[in-house]
Amino acid sequence: MSGKTDQIVEQVRSSRVWRSVFRSGTGNSTLHRALAIQQNIFLHLFATKVRKRMVRFSATWYLGTLTFGTFLILVITGILLMLYYHPSVPQAYADMKDLQFVVSSGLFLRNLHRWSAQLMVFLVFAHMFKVFYRGAYRTPREFNWVIGIVLLIITLLLSYTGYLLPWDQLAYWAITVGSNLSSSVPLVGSKIHFLLLGGNQVNANALLRFYVLHCVILPLAAILFIAVHFWRIRKDGGLYVQQSEPKARAATESTLSAKEGQ
Amino acid sequence: MSDPKDFVAGIDSDQRHSPTRVVFVTRRTSAQVKVTSEDQVQTYPEVMFRAALAIELLAIALVLFSLFFNAPLEGIADPTHTPNPAKAPWYFLGLQELLHYFPPVVAGVLVPTLLIISLVIIPYFNVNIEANGLFLKDRTKRLRLFYLASLGMMIFLLVFHVYVAVPPTVLVALAMIVAANSTPDSPSRLCRYLARRPLAYWIMTWFLFELIVLTAVGTWFRGPGWSWVLPWRS
Ligand code: HEM
Repeated sequence: MSGKTDQIVEQVRSSRVWRSVFRSGTGNSTLHRALAIQQNIFLHLFATKVRKRMVRFSATWYLGTLTFGTFLILVITGILLMLYYHPSVPQAYADMKDLQFVVSSGLFLRNLHRWSAQLMVFLVFAHMFKVFYRGAYRTPREFNWVIGIVLLIITLLLSYTGYLLPWDQLAYWAITVGSNLSSSVPLVGSKIHFLLLGGNQVNANALLRFYVLHCVILPLAAILFIAVHFWRIRKDGGLYVQQSEPKARAATESTLSAKEGQ
Repeated sequence: MSDPKDFVAGIDSDQRHSPTRVVFVTRRTSAQVKVTSEDQVQTYPEVMFRAALAIELLAIALVLFSLFFNAPLEGIADPTHTPNPAKAPWYFLGLQELLHYFPPVVAGVLVPTLLIISLVIIPYFNVNIEANGLFLKDRTKRLRLFYLASLGMMIFLLVFHVYVAVPPTVLVALAMIVAANSTPDSPSRLCRYLARRPLAYWIMTWFLFELIVLTAVGTWFRGPGWSWVLPWRS
């Protein structure tokens, strides 16, 4: 049976239509595999080859990959949630109740979005510390580290703006506590506070603003910066590898410098 | 190059992995092999497959979790009824905990701004790039500075009654003292490890510990009026 399936797959892949879409062609030579990456606008962000050592779980714990995974899940579940959600008061809260009791699998959808969001924040921090502790921020990767910080901030803002959308007590007061901080910025504090909320306190305008940020502006910014982040990994020469210097030499060097210091 | 014998030449060739490399090393410089060629795998299919597998396992775990645990939903927003305590999302509770000790300008504006700036400059700051153990060079001077800095930090925390931030500080300071009294060839693995840690490592580790402790305290141990509560007693 598998012979038959293979045959059909092969036929499809060598058909004219398929080949007009995927220009790399079929075959499993090294060249074909390299082309599969190189000839694809999205995969082209990545290098065609990777150091074997860096593919191991212990190298990165796959934390960046998993962060990206949570982001994918959030985009998919988020779009589905948008089909049922109105960013207005008090309809927003009623929509939450509908998701819970009326929409089939609505509760599950909301759970998945909420828990993935929490996990994403956690994973971004974990990824940052992992990158730090393996020293992967050093030259020439400085700028990718900075892009990472931008992604960290975007992730926090995404989570924070999403927090208001259910329009329940938890949402309302969390955003009140947080946004009040912005009014303590010297000189322009109250202006920033007003700009953020579209008013002097959390109200329907704030909900609409947070909705636009959460569903349009911040996701677009995240996608843009994730693309740059991935592309920079290739441009910076792949993932950082710890240079394993000969043990003996490293030891003498450090004892020498220890003596110098005393 | 007047003297034609002023250099040595070498050839490295492994056509399966890379084009031929020719290297010329002049006598005046000393050659050091920093990177040796190493095994590579192809992104497609090997890396793509592993990434897809990782993301699928993640998705399965999240789906299972979402089937058993419901997202919280409280009553409709009511501006006239303030819950006590009103808490920010968990990842900001470390900052909210600081808000308990410092005025909003400090906890809400100054601290986050400084945090972001310090995170951004990590790779640009020379001290951070240095990969040598903190106390391996200028030991006496650095030790003195270290004692001064830790003492200053402790006094600062105690003056503002930020007792929750004390244990992480003490822990890191103790580890640094162990590091200062170890050499990179000490018999204990832990001592060898600590002795080689650079300054950036210590600062980041302190930040990580404070982050964990402050966030945990804000999340589980704070109740009405931001007073201490025990999470298993409510
Ligand atoms: C939305 C958030 C993010 C996503 C999706 C993401 C994704 C990734 C992925 C897939 C990698 C490949 C290696 C790995 O898995 O560790 C990576 C590497 C890297 N990430 Fe991130 N990342 C994010 C946020 C951050 C943050 C917050 C930082 C640090 C402040 C950061 C800094 C880096 C650096 C410097 C590398 C290169 C590591 C090396 O060369 O070995 N990233 N990122």
